[in-house]
Amino acid sequence: MIKTDALIIGAGPTGLFTAHQLKLIGLNCEVVDNLDKIGGQCIELYPDKPIYDIPAVPECTGEELTNNLINQLKPFNIKFHLSERVDEVKKNNDIWEIKTSKGTEFSTPNIIIAGGVGSFEPRKFAPKECAKYENKSIFYSIKDKSIFNGKTVSIFGGGDSALDWAIELSKDSKVNLIHRRDEFRGAQATVDKMNELNKNGKINLFTKYQLKNVHGKDNLQNIDIEHDNKEIKNLKTDYVLGFFGLIMQLGPIANWGLNLDKKTINVDTEKFETNQKGIYAVGDICTYPGKLKLILSGFHEGALAARACFKLARPNEKYRFEFTTTSTNLLKRLGKKE
Amino acid sequence: MSKITYIEHSGETHTIDVANGLTVMEGAVQNNIPGIDADCGGSMACATCHVYVKEEWFNKLPKKEDGEEDMLDMAFEPKKNSRLSCQIIVSDQLDGLVVNLPEKQV
Repeated sequence: MIKTDALIIGAGPTGLFTAHQLKLIGLNCEVVDNLDKIGGQCIELYPDKPIYDIPAVPECTGEELTNNLINQLKPFNIKFHLSERVDEVKKNNDIWEIKTSKGTEFSTPNIIIAGGVGSFEPRKFAPKECAKYENKSIFYSIKDKSIFNGKTVSIFGGGDSALDWAIELSKDSKVNLIHRRDEFRGAQATVDKMNELNKNGKINLFTKYQLKNVHGKDNLQNIDIEHDNKEIKNLKTDYVLGFFGLIMQLGPIANWGLNLDKKTINVDTEKFETNQKGIYAVGDICTYPGKLKLILSGFHEGALAARACFKLARPNEKYRFEFTTTSTNLLKRLGKKE
Repeated sequence: MSKITYIEHSGETHTIDVANGLTVMEGAVQNNIPGIDADCGGSMACATCHVYVKEEWFNKLPKKEDGEEDMLDMAFEPKKNSRLSCQIIVSDQLDGLVVNLPEKQV
């Protein structure tokens, strides 16, 4: 069990700056995120899109913003637990006990939820029968590509993941690539390569088709795909792969006894505390009268929640407000003074 | 103000007045119309405000930007008349617009 002053759920911009604020005032913290990388929506949804409303930063991309926030955390030693989702939250006296999907356990007086719109999960196929074959014949990510050797694999999607896997698997498998339109949004070089493999008969390309239905017994045997003009084709296939990107789902947060408003969590505007003592919500996932879903609002909310954590983590000490320009304490923590 | 009609997958129909300048997505969210999630808040990054636009209206809408078609690849059961409602800005020309909502927004 890892003991910490505060656990942050979510490594997006708000979670990162909240970690900065906690460390600055002398608290330790750890960060958990379900994605395999730091940055949250900024890195997953819009790494290349410019953002124009970060104070004092006229223009930066989601990726640049993330890198700058990571740089700002350099003076501090913060442990990130990536590819882990917080599944269980239980109270033991005044201490919260947390367990992740990988079995990591934390004990802390403070949990700060900086979870955006929840955790990222793969988007799945529409036909209901698909659930039956999930993780047997139907996959949304690939862990061991050797299982596809010598088999027929039908890949759905038009982005880089679908194209990259179609090209890679065409070496040792029979590959069908199915996409809902003629244009692909993957990198041009990858699209060219796929078209060449299609010409050479290494990849069977079906555009303007979508998955209509799946058939089989224990394992998948064949699928129906439907053209825009309603024509249906039946394809024999051993495996189906879907690459439709990720969607955000509130997930287990819904079960922690918090006061929810649709997909957001009600908080006060002094501590950004939820209806549960010691659980705070900051950034896009929190709501209060006048809430703006802007990154700058998340920074403010995180700074205040961090101060609120101090009371529960250091009940016998008094928090004193200090400036980084003048405080010897803060400058020491930032590594700017011996 | 323009009248916008949202038809849920179940057939339930909501006709509301939406101020010109708001998006069709915002009109739904501000009026608690179920079936439009708008997870990303209108930044064309999530495809959870997906709607089907009735034929007679589809061609009257401003054309899609590239990014919108890319996001529609990820929507639930996209069709030829699919749009992201966060990209449709309400104006007098759209008074009477009818949109159908998909079964779900995942």
